[in-house]
Amino acid sequence: MKLFSLIPVLAIGALLLWAGQDFPKWGDLASPASKSSVSSHFIAKTGVDTEVPNMVTAVLADYRGFDTMFETVVVFIAGTAVIAILRGSSIGRPRRKDHEVEAEPDLIVTNTVRLIVPVIQIFAFYVLAHGHVSPGGGFQGGVLMGASFILIALSWDLEKAMARFPIERCLFVAAMGIVLYGGIGLLSMLLGGEFLDYAELEKIFPVSRGMARYYAILGVEIGVGFTVASIMFVLYANLASEGRLKEGL
Amino acid sequence: MDGGSLVSELLIERLNYCIYVILLLIGLWAMLAKRNLVKKLIGMSIFQTAIILFYVSIAVKKDATIPIYLAEHDPHGSHAQESADQNTTGNQESSQGPVALQPETVKGYANPLPHVLMLTAIVVGVATLGLALALTQRIYQGYGTIEEDELLDKLDRADERASVSPLIREKRNEQRREANQRARARAAGGLVAKGKQKAQPKRTSPRSSVDEEKPEPKK
Repeated sequence: MKLFSLIPVLAIGALLLWAGQDFPKWGDLASPASKSSVSSHFIAKTGVDTEVPNMVTAVLADYRGFDTMFETVVVFIAGTAVIAILRGSSIGRPRRKDHEVEAEPDLIVTNTVRLIVPVIQIFAFYVLAHGHVSPGGGFQGGVLMGASFILIALSWDLEKAMARFPIERCLFVAAMGIVLYGGIGLLSMLLGGEFLDYAELEKIFPVSRGMARYYAILGVEIGVGFTVASIMFVLYANLASEGRLKEGL
Repeated sequence: MDGGSLVSELLIERLNYCIYVILLLIGLWAMLAKRNLVKKLIGMSIFQTAIILFYVSIAVKKDATIPIYLAEHDPHGSHAQESADQNTTGNQESSQGPVALQPETVKGYANPLPHVLMLTAIVVGVATLGLALALTQRIYQGYGTIEEDELLDKLDRADERASVSPLIREKRNEQRREANQRARARAAGGLVAKGKQKAQPKRTSPRSSVDEEKPEPKK
């Protein structure tokens, strides 16, 4: 059976390699993706349109803002779906204890984590806020922030982390992130532009059109960071404890 | 094209595509051939990684830097500030603020679009992987296994139990009830041979035979 499934795999591989000859060479300046007017527009005009030096951030949150908004919604839905699947699924089931050892949280580990968690969280804020001028942004900062809570849960136990970031608050923060994102979009719509057309925010903020987009991108990235951070922790907390939300790994 | 140039074409000039194809095949094979659901998910992640690497390699340009403006193109960089100070009246373009890049300078930056697409793809990949792991955990709670063949066996057995039509189930129940009665009758009366004979023709309606059988030994 396993050898049988090797046949389609190898056939697909041969087809892909055969098609690979027609692909552009490594670093080809004339490749279709690099030659396209979309890509050169992004590179040439991002500085004029949004005044954001990091083109990736500008394209992510501004030119493709609609896409990113629903990307965030997908992350939120995945988190709520994991809660819905696992909540109450293990009620009345004896917890398997065979892989567990009774031990206090290790002194060295917990003290190290105590020291580095604040640093990780500051770094998460730095990555989020500095995403305009260096690699970073809402997704990366959010994942770092979620990782700091996961680290607490790993080194002590899940209750310790849940006491700091209960699941209800996680969901609230995640929803607030989407509300912040959509709210900035709606605000620009109410000011006379299109949905997520941040340049219209110049009417209420004393900045130029470009800088209005600059600051709106920051707001949107903060919303993304909220959602991603809390959903990362929701995923870990639910998967590690089979939905019990206590006595995790 | 002869064989030698094909090899050089694929293995030397387009080696990156070969690596992605191999990664993709590893993932595809794991998804097809492995029986364990978690191993299938690992295969899915490897597959995804191959696609992500492929997209990022599309964005590469020779001698280009990452898609973040260098200081001289930065709308808020020191260079822009200086040129604005120098040309307070002369150069109109720089006094108006940032300017669009020339096509030659555009070539010096990698393509940002694939990076954006893959950035979101990675995060959504994590979210879907979490969802898939939750489903796997639920399957394990329900069936006690995540091996696909054992799962199919269990599902088949459960189907067989559930999918029997009501008529057949009724008939089976009747047969069972009759067999019970016959056993009871045999146990109660090897001496009452008559009752046993009477019970035999009434196979189709066991309930009525129960009612009739009881008074008979009294006669």
